[in-house]
Amino acid sequence: MATVSIPTILRTHTGGEKSVEAKGATVSEVIDDLESRHSGLRDRLITNGNLHRFVNVYVDDEDVRFAGGLQAPVKDGSTVTILPAVAGGVR
Amino acid sequence: MRRALAAKYPGVVLVIRADLVDEIVAHARRDHPNEACGVIAGPEGTDRPERLIPMVNAAALPGYPGFHHPETGTVRFGDTFYTWESKADLLLDRELSARDETMVVIYHSHTKPGSEAYPSVIDVEIAQGHPDAHHVIVGMQDPRNPGRPEVRSYRTVDSGLDEAGLVEEAVEVVESYMFAHTGADAVPDKD
Repeated sequence: MATVSIPTILRTHTGGEKSVEAKGATVSEVIDDLESRHSGLRDRLITNGNLHRFVNVYVDDEDVRFAGGLQAPVKDGSTVTILPAVAGGVR
Repeated sequence: MRRALAAKYPGVVLVIRADLVDEIVAHARRDHPNEACGVIAGPEGTDRPERLIPMVNAAALPGYPGFHHPETGTVRFGDTFYTWESKADLLLDRELSARDETMVVIYHSHTKPGSEAYPSVIDVEIAQGHPDAHHVIVGMQDPRNPGRPEVRSYRTVDSGLDEAGLVEEAVEVVESYMFAHTGADAVPDKD
């Protein structure tokens, strides 16, 4: 099992919980597992089969974009942190 | 326009200390012509900006591969785009959580000639991920005020009536939060 930290804006899907457990060997599997109990979460994280461009996901504090993205491995006891990214600029 | 909006949404105003506004502008000037970015943290639930934390614009770092901007088809770097390093985002989140603080203000600057302190499509998208923050933009090249940075603030509002998805709010600059209700001229009673 991994412990998943949920950012404020997504807690509507978890009944207000900021930390939930999920199982899976990859980020993708963990998200599917979360979806099975917290409907609607997956669509907030994945667009067209990829991690949404402005969502950051970390496994044990490492951004999964540098570790295989949705296929990044998740170990038993890992922490998974989800955060909204910050970016922007002139038109 | 701004006053009309503030009257429509009486609670929608950013009350911010003058020295913090000065720090934001100073940061924008230091990083110019790159976009500056940062946060002002405040105690959870107070909506009071207290502690300015400048962030690194990862798009301005050497070696940044460029952001492929889908709406315009351009590749963006630090002079027309900003983003926080993802590790910095994580560390900040952890720090604020440990201190029972939230991001009260999220700020960045626009630096190109003719660029207003007005949210772009991505600015609006990002604001949806931080709906409780005051999204402050510093316009470094406002043609109406050459040489004077312009500071404007925006909030997400559920009704979505503004075509940009954000509503501009008034910015009330105060000398101190203690006298926020009575104005900067109020003098405390001597005990």
